[in-house]
Amino acid sequence: MSFRIDQLPKKKYVVPGNAACAGCGMMIGLKILGMALGEEAVLSIPASCAAVVQGLTPKSGVAMPILNVPFASAAAVATGIAEAYRMLGVKGHAVVWAGDGGTADIGFGTVSGAAERNSNIIYVMYDNEAYMNTGIQRSSSTPRAAWTTTTPTGKHERKKDVALLMAMHGVPYVATASIAYPQDFYRKLKRASEIQGFKFIHLHAPCPPGWRYDPAKTVEIAKLAVETGAWILWEYDNGQLKLNPPSTVYVDRAKRKPLKEYLKLQGRFAHLTDNDVKMLEEEIEAKWQTVLALAKAFPQRL
Amino acid sequence: MKTLTIQKTALTGNYAVAYATKMAKPHVIAAYPITPQTSIVEKLAEFVEKGELNTSFVNVESEFAAMSVVYGAAMAGARAFTATSSHGLLYMYEATWWTALSRAPVVMAVVTRTIGPPWNIHVEHNDILTLRDAGWIIAMAETVQETFDLTLQAFRIAESAALPTAVGVDGFVLSHSTEPVEMPPQEVVDKYLPPRRPDVPMLLRPGEPVTFGNLPSDNKIHARHKVAAVYEAQQEAKKVISQADEEYGRLTGRRYGGLVEWYRAGDAKHIVVCAGAWCSDAKHAVDYLRARGVPVGLMRIRFVRPFPREEVAKLDQYETAVVYDRDITPMGGILGLEVKAALSRARVVNIVAGIAGVDFDSRHFYETIQNAIDGGYRDLVFVV
Repeated sequence: MSFRIDQLPKKKYVVPGNAACAGCGMMIGLKILGMALGEEAVLSIPASCAAVVQGLTPKSGVAMPILNVPFASAAAVATGIAEAYRMLGVKGHAVVWAGDGGTADIGFGTVSGAAERNSNIIYVMYDNEAYMNTGIQRSSSTPRAAWTTTTPTGKHERKKDVALLMAMHGVPYVATASIAYPQDFYRKLKRASEIQGFKFIHLHAPCPPGWRYDPAKTVEIAKLAVETGAWILWEYDNGQLKLNPPSTVYVDRAKRKPLKEYLKLQGRFAHLTDNDVKMLEEEIEAKWQTVLALAKAFPQRL
Repeated sequence: MKTLTIQKTALTGNYAVAYATKMAKPHVIAAYPITPQTSIVEKLAEFVEKGELNTSFVNVESEFAAMSVVYGAAMAGARAFTATSSHGLLYMYEATWWTALSRAPVVMAVVTRTIGPPWNIHVEHNDILTLRDAGWIIAMAETVQETFDLTLQAFRIAESAALPTAVGVDGFVLSHSTEPVEMPPQEVVDKYLPPRRPDVPMLLRPGEPVTFGNLPSDNKIHARHKVAAVYEAQQEAKKVISQADEEYGRLTGRRYGGLVEWYRAGDAKHIVVCAGAWCSDAKHAVDYLRARGVPVGLMRIRFVRPFPREEVAKLDQYETAVVYDRDITPMGGILGLEVKAALSRARVVNIVAGIAGVDFDSRHFYETIQNAIDGGYRDLVFVV
């Protein structure tokens, strides 16, 4: 499936009056969600930046139906909506739009439960790699070494790989995506909407205040995450795992940009030594080997 | 002409909940096991497997998810049911508040059970009463028949009042005791329970942008919403409950009196107040004392929420109100405190008893009633 950005739907689903920070990566993702599923989606949004930036009751800056729900509950609430629609004969998609804290940490039980039941929902975890809404506290999805207010000398633990964990539930569809590659994310949302059962998209979404960078650089940084290999675009579709472009190119380590180019733009990594960077590069390479091994283990059928 | 037949059978309290729920035809049921509730969802699963009930039966991974699933379903316009007990209710607690303040008409059976530690599966009312400030309607059944009737009524009440409704079923005492039950014909139930309006509390549909629950532009919007949902809606629900009781009585011949049931109270000087299954034991005690010339009657609280303030206020005409609580708080019993707050003249003796499942039968009732009337107790006493 290929298409041009100028051929995407023109209707705007993120409208003036929203309260997002300048350069918000998540909001770019929400725009693409609107383009892909704006007329079909009913959103469940747990406590998160996404809950706050909608704007203030009784108004809203997001032109999609939204049910705001308790922090840990979104996957279960969406299950209820999906089942209600099935029984009532209403067409549409129950979509969760949740952050990394609401997914990888407090909401992981309900996400795992919905995945195991194969509930008919599309779950998008926008990953800005910390609790940004409460003011930059570490989550299990914060990368190793990143500064947050609760890891003042850098996080000591590695990032939880939620997308791989979801794929290992054996659900019909799991993908990673990045706000820097809207066509890829758009296509993945469309693909997810064709599939019955549990769909999970892990969306990498930089955060200017949380990652400490110039708000003009959101897309550049998201792109660098992919070009340095720090964020890998892949797709697990009905038992087959494959890399997606442009990540396919970066299987070859030599083609990746130096990780430093990604890290140096971000204040959260300002304290890193060259040794720290080297260690992160090795961890990234190990992740590549894991993904490639899984691609081999779950090959495309001819 | 088709004849409608009332089915007479024998059921446990839990099966009565399951049969009533089946007749209410919910679109979505969320199921998670916990003793002593489990046989409700087991029976419902059996109905679904046999093709007797067309519903979405969702096996969830926790009680928090159970409440979240029925919340989502109810907000999307479905009739939704779940059931729990004790620690399960505490585990879903955040979602129960969110459900009430969203005015989602969920129905939940709470098979009452002790809160630990230690682990204890026997009856106590502390669990269901944790819902008392959350904005839920809370009903408490006395018999298996009433368990059946209240469960059916709960759907009508929840959907008419746009408030989630809990039906309290005493763990084991009712949930696992078999009693004769009359079930109305399905046609009668269908008449009693009109189809669920999908636009209450809101119409949540794709393509129709509406946002529920985002930050308020002015905290006063939120404050007014709270007054309406937590207080005013409960006052309005009193009428809904009374109509639900009357209409049910007209269709089935069984009326209970709405928020409270009075028993031999007309010419009494002293009054016993209680809620739940042990009220049957209390009624035996009242009969026993009456036979010995003691002028005592009973008021059974059928609905803890909305609190029957007007009815409770009438207790001021009695000399002594002996209020029984199968729950405990640092201030005494919950019903004792609430009844006391509504009275100015009657002497109130609050007896906290039967907690942690400790047996408390009609003999314990008449001894403690007699002692309370005789002035043998101060205003708060613990019988353990």
